[in-house]
Amino acid sequence: MGFRFDLFIVLIAILSVPVLSDLILSKVDRRIDLTSQVVRITSTLKVENSGNDPVSEVLLAFPEHQEKNLAYLTASFREGKGKGKGSTSSLPVEVVHPQGMPPALVFYSVSLPKGLGKGESLTLDVLVVFTHSLKPFPKEITQADFQLVVFQDSGHYLSPYEVKFQSLSVKLPDARIESYTRLENTKTVGSEIKYGPYENHPPFSYSPIVVHFEQNQPFAVAEQLVREIEISHWGNVQVTEHYKLIHAGAQSKGEFSRLDYQARPQVRGASAFRHLVAKLPPRAHSVYFRDEIGNISTSHLWTELEIEPRYPMFGGWRTSFFIGYGLPLQDFLFESGGKRFLNITFGCPMNEVVIDNLIVKVVLPEGSRDISVSAPFAVKQWQETKLSHLDIVGRPVAVLEKTNVVPEHNQHFQIQAAIQQVHDIISRCLSIHDKLEASLRDLSRTGDVQACKAARKASDGQLKELSKELRPLLAFLQSSPQAAQILPKVEELVAKERELQEKLMLKHTTVADSYEKKSGGKEIENRIASQQQKIVALRQEVDDLLDYIDEI
Amino acid sequence: MVGKMEAVNGVKSGSNSTASTFQSAFFKPDLSLKSLKLKTKQQELLIRVSILTLVYILAFITRLFSVLRYESMIHEFDPYFNYRTTVFLTEKGFYEFWNWFDSESWYPLGRIIGGTLYPGLMVTAALIYSIIRFLRFAVHIREVCVLTAPFFASNTTIVAYFFGKELWDSGAGLVAAALIAICPGYISRSVAGSYDNEGVAIFALLLTFYLFVKAVNTGSLAWALASAFGYFYMVSAWGGYVFIINLIPLYAMVLLITGRYSMRLYVAYNCMYILGMLLAMQIRFVGFQHVQSGEHMAAMGVFFLMQVFYFLDWVKHLLSDTKLFQAFLRITVTCAVGVGAIALGVGTASGYISPWTGRFYSLLDPTYAKDHIPIIASVSEHQPTAWSSFMFDFHILLFLFPAGLYFCFKRLSDATIFIVMYGLTSMYFAGVMVRLILVATPAMCLISAIAVSATIKNLTQLVRTKSKVAHTGSTKGTTSGKASSKASLDQSLPFQRNGAIALLIGAFYLLCKYATHCTWVTSEAYSSPSIVLAARGAYGNRVIFDDYREAYFWLRQNTPPDAKVMSWWDYGYQITAMGNRTVIVDNNTWNNTHIATVGRAMSSYEDEAYEIMRSLDVDYVLVVFGGVTGYSSDDINKFLWMVRIGGGVFPVIKEPDYLVNGEYRVDKGAAPKMLNCLMYKLSYYRFGELQTEYGKPPGYDRARGVEIGNKDIKLEYLEEAFTTSNWIVRIYKVKPPNNRW
Repeated sequence: MGFRFDLFIVLIAILSVPVLSDLILSKVDRRIDLTSQVVRITSTLKVENSGNDPVSEVLLAFPEHQEKNLAYLTASFREGKGKGKGSTSSLPVEVVHPQGMPPALVFYSVSLPKGLGKGESLTLDVLVVFTHSLKPFPKEITQADFQLVVFQDSGHYLSPYEVKFQSLSVKLPDARIESYTRLENTKTVGSEIKYGPYENHPPFSYSPIVVHFEQNQPFAVAEQLVREIEISHWGNVQVTEHYKLIHAGAQSKGEFSRLDYQARPQVRGASAFRHLVAKLPPRAHSVYFRDEIGNISTSHLWTELEIEPRYPMFGGWRTSFFIGYGLPLQDFLFESGGKRFLNITFGCPMNEVVIDNLIVKVVLPEGSRDISVSAPFAVKQWQETKLSHLDIVGRPVAVLEKTNVVPEHNQHFQIQAAIQQVHDIISRCLSIHDKLEASLRDLSRTGDVQACKAARKASDGQLKELSKELRPLLAFLQSSPQAAQILPKVEELVAKERELQEKLMLKHTTVADSYEKKSGGKEIENRIASQQQKIVALRQEVDDLLDYIDEI
Repeated sequence: MVGKMEAVNGVKSGSNSTASTFQSAFFKPDLSLKSLKLKTKQQELLIRVSILTLVYILAFITRLFSVLRYESMIHEFDPYFNYRTTVFLTEKGFYEFWNWFDSESWYPLGRIIGGTLYPGLMVTAALIYSIIRFLRFAVHIREVCVLTAPFFASNTTIVAYFFGKELWDSGAGLVAAALIAICPGYISRSVAGSYDNEGVAIFALLLTFYLFVKAVNTGSLAWALASAFGYFYMVSAWGGYVFIINLIPLYAMVLLITGRYSMRLYVAYNCMYILGMLLAMQIRFVGFQHVQSGEHMAAMGVFFLMQVFYFLDWVKHLLSDTKLFQAFLRITVTCAVGVGAIALGVGTASGYISPWTGRFYSLLDPTYAKDHIPIIASVSEHQPTAWSSFMFDFHILLFLFPAGLYFCFKRLSDATIFIVMYGLTSMYFAGVMVRLILVATPAMCLISAIAVSATIKNLTQLVRTKSKVAHTGSTKGTTSGKASSKASLDQSLPFQRNGAIALLIGAFYLLCKYATHCTWVTSEAYSSPSIVLAARGAYGNRVIFDDYREAYFWLRQNTPPDAKVMSWWDYGYQITAMGNRTVIVDNNTWNNTHIATVGRAMSSYEDEAYEIMRSLDVDYVLVVFGGVTGYSSDDINKFLWMVRIGGGVFPVIKEPDYLVNGEYRVDKGAAPKMLNCLMYKLSYYRFGELQTEYGKPPGYDRARGVEIGNKDIKLEYLEEAFTTSNWIVRIYKVKPPNNRW
């Protein structure tokens, strides 16, 4: 195993690094779940501040080779001391590059809600999900062989902090364990291997462990999954999912014998998987499952969709297919304050499928504008257009792309078109302002006071209408958490616009009055000069704000 | 006028069972006519158009059984090639398609697709597809391909109507449209999914004939031109155009001989022939065949003959002296025939004019293919037709055909002569080859329609005139005047009216039977895609064997993209289209030697076959095996043809080696060469360990009903790569050669 040697170098490198801060992990409890192809590590960290300065972030360290398979990381924070007490809330996590750290480590920083003062402690629950971390060994097996995989990690918790007390348990599927690294204090209980407890380890302690065991769970990996969610005006959300699946376990070699497989599928085909189960959303209808050459007649739709590829999937075998279903629109599309948002799940409906590259395309009805997306995790986004039935200009498509997706990512994301409407209304107000100005210019040319007053009256009415429209939109923005960062700007914009409106009206009245009194041109100019300055300044501010919101 | 309405009535009964309501509504025309305030002619038009619309829709929907029962998919073998090329055409455009060299088939030779196919079908489908796309309907090209045949079948009904109208009257046209809409002989090649050349070709064939007859009837250049374009479309769509280019000169010849030569014929034939020929040359696959191939020489001969005839006519006009003309005639005819014969002789001898092809010979002599071209004889649809399939495909048309001929002869015209000739020649060809029933179907329908229409018209006239005489006593128009006078002549016959009614009911009964028969045949026999096999399960439920697609999809996903697959040629198109892999031979049987090589490999011992497969770079071998499911059209049952075709080129392979006393068997008594040849080994590998049926020994072959003779099969140079769930398709991997050290 090549990279164990690398790790050793890493180990030497990191031992020379100074202690990062005064935090101490007083208790670390790790549970590694290896029962499926996805590796889930749940760690409970009890963090204590032994220094004097309050600390607001906790660093989590991962070796680089492990980090590149990291699919999902969430840290939640438990207040109170005992278990189950208090509410848990997930904390923001980001990649950081602290100074003076070894390059072979990647650090994630968990921001604590409030600084941890001297002597205080808190408990963090960290769930880390890795894909492609179980390496089949041997890499090629025959039909009759069972699939053996190797998992590597550190027996001691790798952390930039000192660890006082720690334990580790590795949960394996109910099957044969070929071998595992024995450290001191290692024991097996059923299908679980327990390491520890260990006490007082310095920062960056690393002791490699290797577990070699039998794993016959499906290693279904979607190399690519394209989900297309099409929203129809006619009350339907059509979801089409294009899968490119591979059995990413040990490659099969030699003959495939149908006779053996038919006679004893559990033995002569233990490493293969026959079907996948997709849990479709409730009220899904018109389900179909096809591939390039027609219906997949081996699959079935019972209460859940059982996708059975045309042939059993042995190691290294591929298949591709697409499934489609309709969903009632009212379950996913919500309306509030004149704009609509779609709230739908991100990942795929199949259990235990790892997705290397997920592309979600949301096809909105033709003519939708001002699309915004909010997803609970970072995704790459862009827009496309798609021509479908009876389209003239094409439907706008919001595309989200994410790599390394695990079932944990199956969360809701939203697509909405709210903020842009505020923008629209303000723009319309501004155009009315322009009209008012134009009417003033007309006045100076023609001297027709009546026409000018009529124009003003009309504008007044229109502005009132618009402000009425604006009210529910603002209310929605205030209530929606996604709009939090943009809300102050929007409010400022609305306030500025109102001020501008008042000033403009004032100017208008002044000018009109002066004309009625038949004042001289010079006099009028003097009277409105100061107002004019303010109006120009305000107009500039409003335009800037509009541009800013536009960019968001 | 009344007569026409009667005819409409008659047709209604032919098309569906709502006839009686129309009938009753029509017995009191005076009342309904006045209240509706439509003139009789308008009413007739309305009814005619609505019947045609119904027939049009019926022709389409009756072909959708397969889509409803299975799925929207392409059927059989050739359609998969057509589908693949259509997809290529829509993706890459016409010029790419025209210049396409396909390296995925006939490895290592490849195939020039653009020059070896009739592009009419693909271009038509691609055109329909782009029109639909232009109208902003996001359909898949597969749907267009699946529904092309039914769409053209519907169009054929319209052509049949006009043809019938041209031949006889609009009543016969309506009957013809209704008959052809559901005729099984045509449905067999035009159900949804049967995306084959014939689907559009029958439409083109009938259209060309109709336009030509119209041109002959009118003598109009415009119709002749239209007919030339119809012919062009036909040439672009199907090799069966040879039938047109031989039937039309034959028809012209018959008209000349029977003294029906006219200026109309001259205009129609010359325009159609010359323009049609020039247009047809634009199709690369046809090229210069019109002037170079023996099959097309008849048309050219008649063309020159026509000129001679015209010339003679002119001379006759100039020379008033009969004696002088007789002498001139003799000299001219001798010269013309002599020149023609010399030209033909020189052309043939110098190789400029190619001799008739084997396929053409096999049409004239049904036994020819069996002796000389086993590859043609091996195709089931090239077998001579059994009587039962005539009955199956034509049903009552078989009885109505002679009756229709009788009516045609009774009212002989240029048009009826044409349909009689079309009917008789196509019936001969239908007898020679099963698949040519298709060509005979339109003629059968038209001639039968004449019979039905004329009979029912006569009968209803009998029934109506009597009642009319009794009720009104007045006569309207010449037609009914004649009829009534005729009726008064026939008054002496007893029970005449009742007899007529009884006969009418009998005719309706027959037509109803025809409709039910057609529906039954369509749903039971002609709507299976043959890719997916269906059987009844133990509890009467439907069991699907989807093994073909399982195997092809496995090939597509789990073999290297450049893998070469060897299989018998039947599966070539499917492997390239669904499996997307290179094949050695496919259904375009253009190279007999290549196919014979595959046949030789299949019939050799494994080590010999390995050498052949190595020389062809074969990576996988695919065989079809029905022993587990009892599927009888598998490779073991086709094996003798492989031996014959292989032996035809490589005398090493001898058919008697595989037979025991002239008998073909796979059990213990089989010939030793049979038990150890590659095909046997690949089909039965490890089959001896499988218990297929309760109470039978392991290794019991259900397709042939015997226990196999060689249960201990070891493979040395190949290994099993994949076998489908019902063992129908078995794929073997050719092992790389062993290391020498």
